[in-house]
Amino acid sequence: MDKNKIMKIKNFQDTENLRFSRVSELRKIANEIRKQSLIITHRAQSGHPGGSLSEADILAALYFYKLRVNPKNPNWEDRDRFVLSKGHASPGYYAALAMKGYFPMKELETFRKINSRLQGHPELKTPGVDFAGGSLGQGVCFANGIAIAGKLDNKKYKVYVLIGDGESQEGAVWEAAMAAAHHKLDNLVVILDKNQVQETGKTKDVMNIDPAPDKWKSFGFEAFDIDGHDMEKIVETLDKAGNVKGKPAIIVANTIKGKGVSFMELNYKFHGKAPDDEQFKQAMEELSKICCEATK
Amino acid sequence: MEPKATREGYGDALAEVAKKYKNVVALDADLNDSTRSDYIKKVDPSRFISMGIAEQDMIGTAAGLAASGKIPFASTFAIFSERAFEFVRNIVSRNNLNVKIAGSHAGIFTGEDGKSAQAIEDISIYRTLPNMIVLQPCDYIETKKAVHALAAYHGPSFMRLLRNPLPIIHDDNYKFEIGKGEILRNGKDAVIFATGTMVHESLAAAEILKKDNIAIYVVNVHTIKPIDEKLIMSLAKKTNCVITAEDHNIIGGLGSAVAEVLGENYPCIMKRIGMEDQYGESGKPAELYEKYGLSAKHVAEKVKEIIKRKKK
Repeated sequence: MDKNKIMKIKNFQDTENLRFSRVSELRKIANEIRKQSLIITHRAQSGHPGGSLSEADILAALYFYKLRVNPKNPNWEDRDRFVLSKGHASPGYYAALAMKGYFPMKELETFRKINSRLQGHPELKTPGVDFAGGSLGQGVCFANGIAIAGKLDNKKYKVYVLIGDGESQEGAVWEAAMAAAHHKLDNLVVILDKNQVQETGKTKDVMNIDPAPDKWKSFGFEAFDIDGHDMEKIVETLDKAGNVKGKPAIIVANTIKGKGVSFMELNYKFHGKAPDDEQFKQAMEELSKICCEATK
Repeated sequence: MEPKATREGYGDALAEVAKKYKNVVALDADLNDSTRSDYIKKVDPSRFISMGIAEQDMIGTAAGLAASGKIPFASTFAIFSERAFEFVRNIVSRNNLNVKIAGSHAGIFTGEDGKSAQAIEDISIYRTLPNMIVLQPCDYIETKKAVHALAAYHGPSFMRLLRNPLPIIHDDNYKFEIGKGEILRNGKDAVIFATGTMVHESLAAAEILKKDNIAIYVVNVHTIKPIDEKLIMSLAKKTNCVITAEDHNIIGGLGSAVAEVLGENYPCIMKRIGMEDQYGESGKPAELYEKYGLSAKHVAEKVKEIIKRKKK
């Protein structure tokens, strides 16, 4: 990615009320997040590409459309918070943070290396990181804590938390769901990256979590059920979810694990495995084509 | 003062620190009547956060509050806090977040509720977590002082609280300092490092031993981590005979903490008094202390035995 392009992407945060004209740019950003995810996992020869590819559109919409954050002041008290509960999807997350300007793109090269700020799973020491994930099922309760603090202090910030569908097998997710509704945390938006696949197979075969929207609704959430790769829909739903009053919201984003790379799509083998040289080459070629077609 | 439970000190002090610090909040997993964390409601009901019977969720939420500038005190029974152990490990201690965990009803001192409620491994497991400090005050006043000290301290902590009343051996002038042991009684033949209820049993044992012309130091170890290495070394060198006493498994708790210090620096004769790798049962605390070898009488006998070993 050349320097000018990065600058251009960084500037998206400064334009206003251009939501729909931005959608195609957001798609390009998402594609760039996908490419960077593969570049860094390929370089490290470890990491989790599958979930990074499925979350890319959501991350692009959050960081370059929705979140009120300031990369120059990562600990700004009134910032919107983003909690990546599925911490293994750090490659996509780090790519988004670097593109947003929290740290240099060059630092992505240190991913998973000794002495790096870009640990295998996120740590609070990394600029822009609000939650140290890695152990599944812990992000929603943590986000609830931030949301409760915001209510106590009359802050206007919102808390967005991204969870996985495999992760939803953890009981703690549902303890937290119950608590978020009980405490009427309408400053909380959960996003479920429902990419259908987990470490050892299809989620519906390992432990079915369906019907996800109904479950969350019955726990007291306003639930939105969308195509998690339809950028226009993501952007529109983030706005709607942010305006829900009196209860928390969830966006069930129906996604495809490994999205954008033919041999990774819905393939559990790429949950936690980096591409080899040949796979990497093919993947980058495929992603380059998608970018130019500017599809949904 | 009449005997009072340390959990009473917790509740009373929580209300005090809530007045002193605006950002203090309390969370509980439906045991706030027992842990006395309810008392914060007298100051500001909005700063009591009801978590339901969901300890993992409580710890994670407390961590989120701490990351947002609050000083959360999260309480439940010590045993049930252990259910959230991996949350404590991965969210609280891994990130060095300012969460104060209070675990009440610890040890067989809990009594009639029996094994399921009597935590005898809590000190051990929390002690293994980097960043975490571990406290067990021995009376009502010391508990209040400890809560004030914790509110002023930044970092994760576990404080062990007790269900039943205990004599009050401190007064309001007592200066509590995290990490510093307190010599309650001077001696020469041996030293007992005791924590919680066993401070009182050890003081009573010292009286029994006095009749046999045996003089022992009794030290109140209210902070098990960081352990007061200096004090342990100094009294070990003076007596060459060290006993530890705790209502906790002898594996991993105060006994182990003291043994680690001595083993590396000053190996000497040592005896750990505590639950000998077994669970308790239902009964009155005094009956249980008699049966499981924790009463003052037992402590005195064990001290005598080890002093004999020292003379050989």
